[in-house]
Amino acid sequence: MKARAFDYVRPHSVEEALQAFANADGDAAYIAGGQSLVPALALRLQAPALLIDIARLEELHGLSVIGDHLRIGAATRHFEILNSGLVRTHAPLLSKAASFVAHPAIRNRGTFGGSLALADPASEFPAMSLALGAEIEIASLAGNRSVAAADFFLGLYETALQPGEMIRAVHVPAATARTYCAFDELARRRGDYALVGSGINAEIDNGRIERIRIVFLAVGSTPVQAKNVENLLIGNCLTPELIRKAQETLEADLDPPGDEQTPAEMRMHLARVLLGRLLGRLEATP
Amino acid sequence: MNSRIAIALTINGEIVEALVAPRTTLTDFLRQDMQLTGTHTGCEMGVCGACLVLIDDRPVHACLMFAVQADGCVVETIEGLTSRKAIADLQKAFHERNALQCGFCTPGMLMSAYGLLSSGDVPSREEIRDTLSGNYCRCTGYEAIVDAIERTARDRQNTETREEA
Repeated sequence: MKARAFDYVRPHSVEEALQAFANADGDAAYIAGGQSLVPALALRLQAPALLIDIARLEELHGLSVIGDHLRIGAATRHFEILNSGLVRTHAPLLSKAASFVAHPAIRNRGTFGGSLALADPASEFPAMSLALGAEIEIASLAGNRSVAAADFFLGLYETALQPGEMIRAVHVPAATARTYCAFDELARRRGDYALVGSGINAEIDNGRIERIRIVFLAVGSTPVQAKNVENLLIGNCLTPELIRKAQETLEADLDPPGDEQTPAEMRMHLARVLLGRLLGRLEATP
Repeated sequence: MNSRIAIALTINGEIVEALVAPRTTLTDFLRQDMQLTGTHTGCEMGVCGACLVLIDDRPVHACLMFAVQADGCVVETIEGLTSRKAIADLQKAFHERNALQCGFCTPGMLMSAYGLLSSGDVPSREEIRDTLSGNYCRCTGYEAIVDAIERTARDRQNTETREEA
């Protein structure tokens, strides 16, 4: 349960960090919060020769509103998301999801960008980045590029990041007066990985759903968008009857895995329950 | 390759300079190099909460940090909190309510409680349980721990109210 020996550097800029990775011939890992990487090192699931500590890089920190976007620096810690008034106003879905992220002590160290880069399918922030239609700003020696969340999560712990690339920031379209959202998850113990989780972000005008994104977590190898349900809801007003129909339609969107504790049918059932609850309590932006 | 790295940090109010191997976790550094054995090693993977310390006044897992990452930080361990009497009332409440049996989890429990009560508010029992969700206790069943933290929060607020009056 101890990490293999490695070298450690703390570069002074993103550029320097990218260069350090290139110089290590790929046998390196970036560390920010380390809340998933350190256990992986201790279990020797990963054993890079070099750790590049990017947690203190000023350019990776900070929350700011730029035009109609909220920019979240990659090294912003989970507790900062949870406590931020800026996030509450401009990305209330992230505020709601943040209290479900792990335990308080993990939230004090873990970073937003780190969570996305890891792409754990049971994690809240990757799924909610997809629900919000976020753009992920990626730094590499070849130059910066931007990838939509919909094109970022490719598989189990697999993202569009190429070796050596680093998330610099995440851009989230800011909420408007017509934005409504809800988040919840079902877990055996508070703070444990969710059996099923979901978040909804919608634009509603006079009760009529104009746009809606419904994303589930812990139901597959990536966050899963319930597109059939979304298409059913768009253009309509929410009624108990429509919510029931949405719950029936959900089967077309999800094909959750089963295990000994949670059979697939139970997970599907929980997802339907969750969808009904969330549609019934979409909240306006504060 | 893998040379030791010089770090300087504040531990329990004292400035400490040391040479550490990058792979040394903060837990091992505190326990073995600093002889501060109140920080316990349980799961060593961020689940059990026995290794919580304060970094810049926030509870974090010392097992999920390498000592090199704490360079320049202000670290406080259970020994520090105890000696400056920051949690004397919590410790008393834990004792009186039998909120510990074997005591292995207690330093971590006290760290989480310290973090929760530092806002000065009286948390709900649900909030206390939420805060303790990252601390495992295999003896007490948690009820007594929640009681002790809740009582301390109320006592602190009563003291404040009396002082204001």
